[in-house]
Amino acid sequence: MDIATIRPSRRAFLAGTGLVIGVTLLAPNARAALIQGAKEGAEGQQADLNAFVRVAPDNTVTVLSKHIEFGQGPYTGLTTLVAEELDADWSQMRVAAAPANQELYKNLAFGLQGTGGSTSIANSYGQMRKAGATAKAMLVAAAAKDWNVSADEITVVKGRIRHEKSGKESGFGAFADKAAKTEPPKDVALKDPKNFTLIGQDRHKLDTDDKTDGKAVFTLDVLADDMLIAMVAHADHFGATVKAVDDSAARAIKGVVDVKPIPQGVAVFAEDTFTALKARAALKIDWDLSKAETRSSQQIVDDYRAEMKGKGLKAANKGDVDGALASEGITSLDTEIVFPFLAHAPMEPLDAVLIRAADGSIDCYNGSQFPGQDQKAIADICGVDPSKVRINMQLAGGSFGRRAQFGSPYMREAAAAFKASGMTRPVKHMWTREDDIRGGFYRPIYVHSIKGAVDKTGAIVGWDQKIAGQSIMGKDELDETTVEGASDMPYAIDNLRVVAYQTKLGVPVLWWRSVGHTHTAFAVETFLDRLLERAGKDPVEGRLALLKDSPRHLGVLKKVAEMADWGHAALPDGHQRGVAVHKSFNTYVAEIVEASLDDTGLPKVQKVWCAVDCGVAVNPNIIKAQMEGGIGYGLGAILFDAIDLTDGGAVVQSNFNDYRSLRITEMPHVEVAIIPSSEAPTGVGEPGVPPIGPAVANAWRRLTGRPVQRLPLSRDLVA
Amino acid sequence: MITFTLNGQKATFDGDPDTPLLWVIRDTAKLTGTKYGCGIAQCGACTVHVDGTTRRSCITPISTLDGSSVTTIEGVDGPEAQAVQTAWRAIDVPQCGYCQSGQIMSAISLLQYTPKPSDDDIDGAMAGNICRCATYQRIRQAIHDAAKTLEG
Repeated sequence: MDIATIRPSRRAFLAGTGLVIGVTLLAPNARAALIQGAKEGAEGQQADLNAFVRVAPDNTVTVLSKHIEFGQGPYTGLTTLVAEELDADWSQMRVAAAPANQELYKNLAFGLQGTGGSTSIANSYGQMRKAGATAKAMLVAAAAKDWNVSADEITVVKGRIRHEKSGKESGFGAFADKAAKTEPPKDVALKDPKNFTLIGQDRHKLDTDDKTDGKAVFTLDVLADDMLIAMVAHADHFGATVKAVDDSAARAIKGVVDVKPIPQGVAVFAEDTFTALKARAALKIDWDLSKAETRSSQQIVDDYRAEMKGKGLKAANKGDVDGALASEGITSLDTEIVFPFLAHAPMEPLDAVLIRAADGSIDCYNGSQFPGQDQKAIADICGVDPSKVRINMQLAGGSFGRRAQFGSPYMREAAAAFKASGMTRPVKHMWTREDDIRGGFYRPIYVHSIKGAVDKTGAIVGWDQKIAGQSIMGKDELDETTVEGASDMPYAIDNLRVVAYQTKLGVPVLWWRSVGHTHTAFAVETFLDRLLERAGKDPVEGRLALLKDSPRHLGVLKKVAEMADWGHAALPDGHQRGVAVHKSFNTYVAEIVEASLDDTGLPKVQKVWCAVDCGVAVNPNIIKAQMEGGIGYGLGAILFDAIDLTDGGAVVQSNFNDYRSLRITEMPHVEVAIIPSSEAPTGVGEPGVPPIGPAVANAWRRLTGRPVQRLPLSRDLVA
Repeated sequence: MITFTLNGQKATFDGDPDTPLLWVIRDTAKLTGTKYGCGIAQCGACTVHVDGTTRRSCITPISTLDGSSVTTIEGVDGPEAQAVQTAWRAIDVPQCGYCQSGQIMSAISLLQYTPKPSDDDIDGAMAGNICRCATYQRIRQAIHDAAKTLEG
């Protein structure tokens, strides 16, 4: 195989159609995985009816997904939306990644091409349905013209275009070319939701089969002839730079092609992965730590505590908090909760394949949430015009926020390595798990300090919360991601103040699945639970009373209580329950856990009930899967995970041995109910995460009498 | 020169004998269904079958495999494999999908040795395979479903 077979065809690029990128593994004894471009020599031409809908002569319909697929189901979801309005048969639907094109494929919630914030279905709901309805109108118009009948008399059912009176009937393929040449209608009517036939039902996910056979191709699986493997040696301190490097031992290893310093560290280039690993390990690097962050995690927390004595940024200020908390006859409660750095640790570490074509243009194969930013980063570093950089979006092996980075720092490293290689051979740049765990862009350390009180009637009279942590958005003014979920808490508390302290630190931080809600939901839902306990109120009943003006919160909380038979079910000895409810990304989720204590004193979560209200449920099975997955992801983090900086600032953890992931033995049984709704759909990738931590902590407090004040919980045990 | 069988085909390797099987499979044989996840046998993404039992290919030097028979996700076959993969598809187990080859290789091996596994058997056999998407509940279910299919 040569580069020509690896590169997608030029024609496909010029056509601006985006590419059908997939890799076919040949028979088990195959020598290579191929990257397939648009199929040359396929019968007829695939016709693009618009930027999202492509119809082939064989009647298959390919939806170009503007959102990357890394497990949350947008490939299937977006395709369902198109198929619904197109009146296609599900069996004829296919999906492919859209190319980088900020204008055509922007996220309508962001204004730039990107996946994140649980927005894929929410921002595409109208757009994809319109794309399907428009394509259908064009196919019908083409058929009407050809059959010389009125378009009004044509019906489309399950992918068949029919004219009842004349008995004429056709699939989509026969009219694809002609439809592509018709003027798209300016306005099309969308279906009344009560006529949906595909939306609202479980659809087999389009990516499941390839992920079950080992055929699904991720960036790390992209192969090209003559490809070099690049790895970069990084410092174990953030902000360190290379002072001197002795690469003689590395260069002496057979298969090592080159060693080059780049701004991010020292890059090794080798003929294969194992050689690259050996070469990187053989480098002797003297690091300059003069500008590095040298504080330990403990020092950082102490510094935050001191900073919280000063003036912060007011995020909420309702009523008279100071007066309420100083009034007589109240019972006060205060707490501090410390949250650690968290790594995202997606299963596939960060990676990219870069290939320069004979005309100087560059193909990048990668999977990231901001392809337009990657395109610009590669163009900047490699010195070409952005129009000469093609982003070929691959499936990604998880992200949880890690692949969404403004300015594309990872891609800048990959491109710097490619540039340093001379760009004469294809380069696969990859991180190891150690690079991933130690590579920063963590969920920030946060310190919460909360004071509250209940009066003699059991009413919560005041709530005063301070939150210190780095701004994920790099802002000096108030960053909503620091306080979201706290400053806008739904509870009817008359006197509420939330103040943010946006600290400065030389550790790169990033959103982590559910962003600010990772810590605010925990703080609010555990502290509220303690106040309700002081007031002698039931955790569910107490919340319901405070949520009387929030019908969708009430809906999920009542539902989950009913599922768990809260207040009635007889619990086995040594079992306790905890509840939490939280809205994030406009989706409402309530969770109840039942837990016991394991031999080490950690909670053993036996069962989780979950109720979710995300508006119209496009694919209930995917929604349930996301709740299950969000619960597992969040549970692993609150039980086990922390990234620590030791004295001097070096990262302690390095791999899955010391950065624990939830394992199957710790996965509770999860039961999910979806609230029926006709509201516009909202996201599901993140909202399952926030309630699980506080629900577990609330159960654990009932088991042990101790509130959780330091995460992860495994660490609180030895506090 | 190391001689072994890969998915039923004779294979030879004459590179560094310390090379882990994972990189021989991926870089040399160019079979990419077997994944790199951690490199230290903590996550199971690289799980293959060696002489009929599961092996973490990321820490298995190729030098130890002379004369062995290696099966990857691309070459796996037989009633257990078919039952497992069918069950996996039926309830849409995968999310991001990156760990699933390893999960499936472990699940097939479990059913080959324990045709009717309990939840505890499943947890024991699958505890070495991390799924960051936490598809564990469906993995358990799919293994039970596959066991039922095999029962006939």
